[in-house]
Amino acid sequence: MGAFHRDRRSKHLVATFTGFEADLLRSLASQLVELLHHEAAVPDDRDPLEALLDFGGPTSAPEDPVLARLFPTAYTDDEEAASDFRRFTENTLRDGKARAASAIIDGLEEGGLPDELEEDDALVIDVELAEPDAQLWLRSFTDLRLALAVRLGVEDDDEEYWASLPDDDPRARAHDVYDWVGGLQETLVHALTH
Amino acid sequence: MPAASPVEVDPTAASSTEGEPVVTPAKPWVTIVWNDPVNLMSYVTYVFQHYFGYSKKKAEKLMMEVHEDGRSVVSAGSREEMERDVQAMHEYGLWATMQKDD
Repeated sequence: MGAFHRDRRSKHLVATFTGFEADLLRSLASQLVELLHHEAAVPDDRDPLEALLDFGGPTSAPEDPVLARLFPTAYTDDEEAASDFRRFTENTLRDGKARAASAIIDGLEEGGLPDELEEDDALVIDVELAEPDAQLWLRSFTDLRLALAVRLGVEDDDEEYWASLPDDDPRARAHDVYDWVGGLQETLVHALTH
Repeated sequence: MPAASPVEVDPTAASSTEGEPVVTPAKPWVTIVWNDPVNLMSYVTYVFQHYFGYSKKKAEKLMMEVHEDGRSVVSAGSREEMERDVQAMHEYGLWATMQKDD
């Protein structure tokens, strides 16, 4: 379960998930959509009219560390250019990332994931993606992993630390989810390139 | 600016020397991808192949530079081209910045 391969006949990217896995993935993707749509890049304490008349995008880096990582500062040594770049790109990037996360939700629901998962549900969700949708899933897996990693404080070569945490530690379990999405992404990269 | 400088400088002079065409490199801007603890080596290679159209060999070489040196120059070109590349890298979730080529 939870591994992609390319179907020989249709050439589509296919994977089978348990109901639990599919529900988990949908929950992560939904949270990302929520964060992208509702977390203002910078606290908006301006005059409401001024805010309404501002068609441009944000000019300073987001306060939320996940968003700051998803939308890095493009110019490290030129604040003005960095602001301009952000104003012209961040909203487009936000929409693209939200669309990609929504593609995961749609794909899982098309595969048979119900709105509410019953606890004893032995559901099996078959996902079949044409290449463009598979690309969206692939990119969104990165966004989900970045979000989890920022919240957890994942660093280079820290596997031992995570392994040392007791099994019932919520951070250990969240890290397991992070690893699982990584493994899933690895199978999708492999399937797309073979 | 050195504070001790006794010379009165015409404020327009600085900007005019800045724009002086001493040497005009063909590709004055670069896109840099930085290492992060999250992105998979296979995914980074895939992005370089897929977005830039690089061969697998070149994409792997750049990915290894990112992984081992902490950063790699992945493309060069005009400022507008590099802004497109940086935006695309951010779309893929890679940590990219741009600057004038040294």
